[in-house]
Amino acid sequence: MSEGFVSRGFTGRRRTPEELAERLPPGQYNEDGFPVLTAGPTPEIEPEEWGFRIDGMVAEEREWTWEEFHQLPFETVPCDIHCVTKWSKLGTSFGGVSVDTLLEGAEPLAPYAMAYSYGGYTTNLAIEDLTDGKAWVVTEHEGEPLPREHGGPARLLVPHLYFWKSAKWVAGLRVMDHDEPGFWEANGYHNRGDPWKEERYWTD
Amino acid sequence: MTSIKPETPRVKSFRIELPMWMPHLPGQHYDVRLTAPDGYRAQRSYSVASSPLDEGEIELTVDRLDGGEVSPYFHDVVVEGDQVEVRGPFASYFVWRGEEPVVLVGGGSGVVPLMAILRHRRRTMPELPMRLVYSVRTAEDVIYADELGDDALLTFTREPPDGWTGPTGRVDDALLAEAVGDSPTAFVCGSNGFVEASSRLLLEQGVDPGRIRTERFGPTG
Repeated sequence: MSEGFVSRGFTGRRRTPEELAERLPPGQYNEDGFPVLTAGPTPEIEPEEWGFRIDGMVAEEREWTWEEFHQLPFETVPCDIHCVTKWSKLGTSFGGVSVDTLLEGAEPLAPYAMAYSYGGYTTNLAIEDLTDGKAWVVTEHEGEPLPREHGGPARLLVPHLYFWKSAKWVAGLRVMDHDEPGFWEANGYHNRGDPWKEERYWTD
Repeated sequence: MTSIKPETPRVKSFRIELPMWMPHLPGQHYDVRLTAPDGYRAQRSYSVASSPLDEGEIELTVDRLDGGEVSPYFHDVVVEGDQVEVRGPFASYFVWRGEEPVVLVGGGSGVVPLMAILRHRRRTMPELPMRLVYSVRTAEDVIYADELGDDALLTFTREPPDGWTGPTGRVDDALLAEAVGDSPTAFVCGSNGFVEASSRLLLEQGVDPGRIRTERFGPTG
């Protein structure tokens, strides 16, 4: 939607305070709640059965159990998140391990990755969108264990892209020598999903 | 905007003629964008309720959410003849491509994308087994009341109409068992709580998790 026209009689009643408005990407509105969006039933994964892998085109495949994962340096990540369905949640926080830390020993040998989840969900990301302090695997939201409906026990967090890239119930990252669409990317949504460029759908 | 039909006290259906139309898949959505004179904009997504056989137009059914800014505009301001900016159709997972059998499970205005599927099935494959399980609060909350036939199973969670002898209360095992045929594809749409509870029941009935497609709507509009 590029040019557009004024909607007769529309003034807009839900404007965001100015200090927050500049943190809202185009076409987003500020939401205080944390809506749940999932394409299927919520998988039930107990922390004891959860594990995280890095595989594919890496110098060394890596794998952590829940317990091993919690030995890694833990960070609190304050961030704004933006869902392609138009809501943004500003000033929230998650806790987990930086993907930089996870990739350290694995050493990716190729520029693309597919995040994969318990339950079969996938989403594709370039390695450069996952590194340099831009992505985490998180197990906490605002100081509490991540609720199951929001991806608990662990989800990917890539706050600079639309939130479908932050795969819930994440199980691993597969490093690949080519880019390949994940679940939503194959079903009409943009391959990269930068909210500031409003990359929502294939045609954007 | 070619016609506006009140469905319930808080739900209306809007028929929109499109200058550039392409057929949607039943279950897909359109984005609506409103622009104020000073350039301020609000966008939301709405499911298409009509069959893609309705050439050149779409029907969007909109639940009025108090405190929202797009749905109250549709309800309180828009009249026939107005222009609204829409873009679509989008997303291709919560869509029906002719799979059978199918069970549709809707709560409240979650019935909207399911109605597109039901309407399209009636016009293209009327003999195909497809049941709609539809949970509403009271008689006056029933959307598309004049179109629900033997293929719809209603349950009233708060107050059934006078003389109602059918199901009441939340969607349960017995009600779903009646609608779930042999290894169906299930489409479930409603609030997150409704979708969680219903999809759990479907899993208990042995429906393959990979064949349960869900759409959950958030609290705002």
